[in-house]
Amino acid sequence: MGWLLESLNSSLGKKFIMAVTGICLILFLIIHLINNLTLFLGPEVFNNVVKNLETIKPLVRVVEVILLLIFIFHIFNGIRLWIENRQARPERYAVNGSSKNADVFSRTMVQTGSVIFVFLVVHLQTFWYAFNFGSPLTDLHKYYEFVADSFKSYAYSGFYIAAMIILGVHLNHGFQSAFQTFGWNHKKYFSFIKILGAVYSIIMAVGFGSIPVYFLFFYGGN
Amino acid sequence: MSDGRINLKLKIWKQSGPNFPGSFADFEVQVSPDASFLEMLDELNNDLESKGLEPVAFESDCREGICGTCGLVINGQPHGPIPKIATCQLHMRNFKDEDTIWVEPFRAKAFPVVKDLIVKRSAFDKIMYAGGFVSVNTGGVPDANAILIPKEKAAESFDAAACIGCGACVAACKNASAMLFVSAKVSQFALLPQGQPERYERVQKMVKVMDDLGFGSCTNTYACEAECPKGISVRNIARMNRDYFVAKVKSANLEVEV
Ligand code: HEM
Ligand code: SF4
Ligand code: FES
Repeated sequence: MGWLLESLNSSLGKKFIMAVTGICLILFLIIHLINNLTLFLGPEVFNNVVKNLETIKPLVRVVEVILLLIFIFHIFNGIRLWIENRQARPERYAVNGSSKNADVFSRTMVQTGSVIFVFLVVHLQTFWYAFNFGSPLTDLHKYYEFVADSFKSYAYSGFYIAAMIILGVHLNHGFQSAFQTFGWNHKKYFSFIKILGAVYSIIMAVGFGSIPVYFLFFYGGN
Repeated sequence: MSDGRINLKLKIWKQSGPNFPGSFADFEVQVSPDASFLEMLDELNNDLESKGLEPVAFESDCREGICGTCGLVINGQPHGPIPKIATCQLHMRNFKDEDTIWVEPFRAKAFPVVKDLIVKRSAFDKIMYAGGFVSVNTGGVPDANAILIPKEKAAESFDAAACIGCGACVAACKNASAMLFVSAKVSQFALLPQGQPERYERVQKMVKVMDDLGFGSCTNTYACEAECPKGISVRNIARMNRDYFVAKVKSANLEVEV
């Protein structure tokens, strides 16, 4: 197993872990978005979806643990790479020319990632905790009403929307970056992958962001 | 301005040795727009020397963009603001009268400053020793065209081989990663039949030495490609990643010995 650990600890190995975990998270977000968009189908549908998930709780738990591990690896490796990469250039340039040779998406992965992390903590604390450990509304299986109630606050919704835009920024670089890391950069197809990544990122940002927007501005209450 | 010459303010990094602290020194020069950047520094140094002052230390050799010694970071960009040229090919007509120009050495842990603008790039040589060659047995001269190579492969390999080892990719990368250089050197052999026998050994060895020397990890910002004087493509990095992962999975060796 020594060779495996050594390989995964090499500069390319760490990138490989970032890319594998990143792609897993990208796939997870698709499922998560589809699930969340059922909110637009009204209280009955959404509450039923959540109730149905309750019936397969053991499976959900397994997925949650895998997801947690993926996040831990992704975050741990991302921060480790960031620290090591800063150490590789102990003295900074007086004039920072990076805006002239690299786009803002690629230069801010650790910053956008950190915002996503803060969001994740807040998000889990509000929704995951209430859905799993109960709250006055979720105890009555009124999950939809709980979501609607949460997004009444301008501050909370604003934070959500901002975080989703940042997520889109992170994904726009991450998507194509993962392909490059795996070595799938082909002259003919890579520009398509870049566009696909941008479209995916916009769908994620708009899709997830539309939920707080809806409850803040278009939802009249019950 | 007099007879078309332009006045420039230079802020040049001065550092007397590897373990000394450095700082920027201010200079003012009047230079012909037709002069190259290095000629401008030559004029400055002549002037300094005639006054009994110490010249600015910088490196150069071919002065035609093929040797890779002349790299400077000019206003934050390795080899200056014009794409696909080396510092020696940069002309002063690309600057305006009264511009201030910051001139810094390449900065990376693996490229320590020797003096002023000169950095030690022997880390690249060490990577080359690890695998930047093809081993051949001596013997009779092989027949021409005994090994057929498709035109596109030869061209692609040649594009990778155009790397002059200048280190601008490391200087440009926010992570001081040497991936563009190493991948160019890996690719030029990986694309040709002659490179096949050692293909997967080579990539593992070169990456190992690269890592040991303290270069950062690639985060795919592609700044290297943007600043490379030879336009080396980041597709070479993708190829190297692919070869490396294949090598790690297939190779029977438990340890990479360099
Ligand atoms: C749903 C959440 C997330 C998704 C879908 C995601 C996705 C991705 C993807 C696909 C990559 C590119 C991998 C590669 O370059 O090969 C990436 C890179 C990165 N992520 Fe995330 N990420 C998420 C959350 C986070 C969080 C919470 C952090 C926390 C710090 C983070 C930090 C980073 C960093 C620093 C990189 C750059 C590493 C590199 O380019 O080598 N990400 N992410
Ligand atoms: S890849 Fe380009 S920038 Fe890097 S050393 Fe070679 S020629 Fe210089
Ligand atoms: S002096 Fe040789 S490349 Fe510039």
